Amino acid sequence: MCPTKFKNHPLRYDLQIIASWIAPGSRVIDLGCGEGNLLTYLINQKQVMGNGIERNEDKVADCIAKGLSVLQGDINDEVLDYPDDTFDYVILSQTLQQVYEPDTLIRSMLRIGKKGIVSFPNFSHWRIRFQLLLTGYAPITKQLPFQWYNTPNIRVITIKDFRKFIREVGFTILKEVAINTQSENRYGKEIKTLPNLRATYGLFLIGNGMRKNEDRIHSH
Amino acid sequence: MSEYIEHDKDRISVGIVEKKYYTFAEPPNEIVLESGAKLGPITVAYETYGRLNRDKRNVVLILHALSGDSHVAGYYQPDDQKPGWWDTMVGPGKGIDTNKYYVVCSNIIGSCMGSTGPCTINPQSVLPYGLDFPVVTIGDMVKTQKALMDHLGIENILAVVGGSIGGMQVLEWCVSYPEMVRSAIPLATTTRHSALAIAFNEVARQAIMADPKWNEGAYYFGPKPDHGLAVARMIGHITYLSDESMRLKFGRRLQDKSDFSFNFDADFQVESYLRYQGKKFVERFDANSFLYITKAADYYDLGKQHGGGSDVKAFSKTWAKFLVISFTSDWLYPTYQSRDMVKAMKKNGLDVSFVEIDAEWGHDAFLIPNDRLSNLIKGFLERVSNEI
Repeated sequence: MCPTKFKNHPLRYDLQIIASWIAPGSRVIDLGCGEGNLLTYLINQKQVMGNGIERNEDKVADCIAKGLSVLQGDINDEVLDYPDDTFDYVILSQTLQQVYEPDTLIRSMLRIGKKGIVSFPNFSHWRIRFQLLLTGYAPITKQLPFQWYNTPNIRVITIKDFRKFIREVGFTILKEVAINTQSENRYGKEIKTLPNLRATYGLFLIGNGMRKNEDRIHSH
Repeated sequence: MSEYIEHDKDRISVGIVEKKYYTFAEPPNEIVLESGAKLGPITVAYETYGRLNRDKRNVVLILHALSGDSHVAGYYQPDDQKPGWWDTMVGPGKGIDTNKYYVVCSNIIGSCMGSTGPCTINPQSVLPYGLDFPVVTIGDMVKTQKALMDHLGIENILAVVGGSIGGMQVLEWCVSYPEMVRSAIPLATTTRHSALAIAFNEVARQAIMADPKWNEGAYYFGPKPDHGLAVARMIGHITYLSDESMRLKFGRRLQDKSDFSFNFDADFQVESYLRYQGKKFVERFDANSFLYITKAADYYDLGKQHGGGSDVKAFSKTWAKFLVISFTSDWLYPTYQSRDMVKAMKKNGLDVSFVEIDAEWGHDAFLIPNDRLSNLIKGFLERVSNEI
């Protein structure tokens, strides 16, 4: 079950959901871990062995100074070096839309980890659809607040697209949650009806279908 | 490296410290070196700060670079002009907190700062060793440090920490005595010298050996090869700085003059700086030690010595947690070398943190007071000491 709405929860709402999917004591790597908020939470609350990869020197230095195990580098390259199944969970939170070769990265994630957790802003939210339809300009929203020429978000992903993609590459969706929240918010709500139209973010727990059928949970 | 040493701006210091000595490997129990030669007796100069816990598990072993010594922090006398070489990092509440950790640093063999080296009296000839001193390796240095740890009753090291040639010793410790080392911080270092690094060392050695006063290393009773050693140090200093740091520090500014002298005096500030550094260095360092230590660094090859040519295989021998740090402007041990090291560690599933610190001061950056570096080391040590 997803956590209920805690205003004072130390984590953003989407990260609370991710955290709820992680089994205590597991080994976790967060790709693009930022200041390490999720890792810190998982280490303190779930006693995980946590690692992170982050490109920004300032953020990496903050993480290490806080006592996290983080290395500076490009996630696309850094995932290549780990042996198979090094981690129980490989997390890619709100970064997929910035990845140049998403299929390569997701394959790497499920090679170095038993399960992957992927979240992204849903590009088929009704506000985005209406903006494009009514104004004719590339949509700008609170989740994707950039102009077409300066956005780091080079991939346009919808919840339906991601489901289709995971099926096509032969992996399995183990859990799926669609939520409606602002990016900084500590609370939000789960969207069960028409998620592809109404949700601002999609969150997926994915596995290598061949090996992990026992974990399969039907999604919405 | 001593040019950066300053009194702590907040006057925080580990205080008065003492250089101690441990002598072992008395004949016939000499140590067999990597070259096959025997060496004994061996004296190791060392210093310790802080207090050893009852369980003896709070040891931080610091390993120094080419021209360093056991005097990491504090003062021998209250009126010393300078504290130890890493006083900004080591002391109460500092990056390596002497209130928490028991810090040990020993002078490497081959050096001239109290441990056995080419300027030590050879018991057989009753003269200084000179070139009769056997060529030692990074592995040999670490072996003597292990003997010191045994002598101090230390079986478990919380962290081995060192930069440059000290960083090579850090790596060597991890693969040679994996059961003892829980974590490691190699700074601005490499698993093997590039051709560029060997080339600079060779030019520096040639400068010493081309000085007629060097006299095949037998100069201890006459004039010393000061000029050769000074030039060697000047070459070293170029490699420790960077294009950017030299541009910022000197540019093309002239030293105490408004125009060229049209002779070969030191016109430019950078010339004057290098001459001064060279001159200062000969007052405290032995030319033969420079030859021996640079050779040891050039010979070092972690993969070759411990992994049949593979760093990945070499790192499979350790299970230490690593914090690897490089500096953007370090062209002697560039970041790609640290990245290769990190890659080899990751392939073994080792727990490794890595950061490339943006610093303009070249290879020497690890010796310069830097809050970021102190906080990184502090945070890492706290984590590993909590993960016992």
